[in-house]
Amino acid sequence: MPEKISARGLNVAVHGSPVLRDISLSVMANEILAIIGPAHSGKTTFLRCINRLIENQPGFVRTGELLLDNRDVRQWDIDTLRRRVGMIFATPIPLPGTIFDNVAYGPRLKGVRNMRRLAEIVEKSLRAAFLWDEVKDRLFSSALRLSGGQQQRLCIARTLAVEPEVVMMDEPCSGLDPISTAQIEQAMRELKQSYTFILVTNNVKQAARVSDRTAFFLSGELVELGPTAQIFTAPRDKRTDDYVSGRIG
Amino acid sequence: MISRPLVVQRVVWLVLAVLTLFTLAILIFILAFISARGARVITPEFLFSLPERMGKEGGILPTLIATIYIAVVAIVVATPFGVGTAVYLTEYTRESALTRIIRFGADALAGVPSIIFGLFGFILFVIRLKMGWSILAGGLTLAVMILPTIIRTSEEAIRAIPYQLREVSYSLGGTRSQTIMRVVLPNALPGILTGVILGLGRSVAETAAVIFTAGSSLRIPRTILDPGRTMAVHFYILAREGLSMERAYGTAFLLIVVILLINTVAYLLMFRLTRRLK
Repeated sequence: MPEKISARGLNVAVHGSPVLRDISLSVMANEILAIIGPAHSGKTTFLRCINRLIENQPGFVRTGELLLDNRDVRQWDIDTLRRRVGMIFATPIPLPGTIFDNVAYGPRLKGVRNMRRLAEIVEKSLRAAFLWDEVKDRLFSSALRLSGGQQQRLCIARTLAVEPEVVMMDEPCSGLDPISTAQIEQAMRELKQSYTFILVTNNVKQAARVSDRTAFFLSGELVELGPTAQIFTAPRDKRTDDYVSGRIG
Repeated sequence: MISRPLVVQRVVWLVLAVLTLFTLAILIFILAFISARGARVITPEFLFSLPERMGKEGGILPTLIATIYIAVVAIVVATPFGVGTAVYLTEYTRESALTRIIRFGADALAGVPSIIFGLFGFILFVIRLKMGWSILAGGLTLAVMILPTIIRTSEEAIRAIPYQLREVSYSLGGTRSQTIMRVVLPNALPGILTGVILGLGRSVAETAAVIFTAGSSLRIPRTILDPGRTMAVHFYILAREGLSMERAYGTAFLLIVVILLINTVAYLLMFRLTRRLK
């Protein structure tokens, strides 16, 4: 499997204090890589470096390499980069407006105007996010009236509508009930055929359930990266063992 | 026995209620006073005919037209500048000495008495730019006067949009300008409109700034370069020159009705807009 994203000696500091230290890891195409670790271990920062959202933050310095398809993310045109690498945020954030408008937002940015074409994209994306059956009769009602779990799947559909290659999820189920969480995990497993996933999660059980490989971050460092089964049953590093078994963090 | 905190609570409630009632009473008194004297003057003839004998007799049609004309010019000019400045301050710059100077300037401008704006408009637009007493000069003067209001209310409205909404747009490949046009401005619209309505209200009610710049001609203004007399100015002249107190109150009453009407329409519009977004 080809490397989709690779970090080599990635260092990030914000206002002089290091947030990520010497991170080297690769994300393979069509895998689900889980990143686990306690709060403030740099997981979210890592995602935000990939799609360069971090650049809106003042006082941020990055060194080392961070490649998408063997090309540094800084060399990509920023809008193209962000279309290729989608992001789902921790809290579902529907844009004020209808369900349809939300999913069609990305395609419209690219200049798709034709309503029939937009309707096709919206249906396809909502089906892929397992939301279509629940909302097909009210596409033109407000997205803010959906439940939390539905809103998060809407956000997934909205990301899929721009046809990304990589989907980054930043604790996508942190505010959701177990049923909604199961629906999102099911969606991820199905979508793995066509996308690469990076799943940042505080929920180690979720990482164990859905991911192929797991990386453990602690205080901005990559402690261990391996097949999920190995990380959870036979971690090499004591700190990983302590974290996955619930003794720290 | 009633407990002490309960007594305190009741006393505070009473004080606040009295203060509120007092404020309301003043407002109601003014409205009732003007309505009682002005409402009976209002007839179709008063609204739609030309004034005669300097306004002693006849109607107020030209002043009605001039008022709307000048207010529209002011709003059309001030809104793009005001909203543009607000977008620049919030979306295109980080807090710096420059933004603080701009903001301080806007605040200082908001505190300048309107007669100073009138003098400024007279010197710049009427004399220097050779516009003469005209709807254009009056409208531009008012535009400068209401600019700070529009800037600050728009700025607050834009700032109130959660940063996460912008991030969503960026994460989907949106450029900054796309994000502003499609996410920030549509969601800030109700707040921006509030500023525009406040500005509109001030334009309609303004006397000092327009008397110097739009003149006090009683002819119906046809082009933007014709002079005109607004209702507020008409009221001032009628009352001050002792031409007709009856008609002065009629004009005042109409002025209040127009402002109420503008506000009602604007709030209805805003309500529909926000409902569509929710």
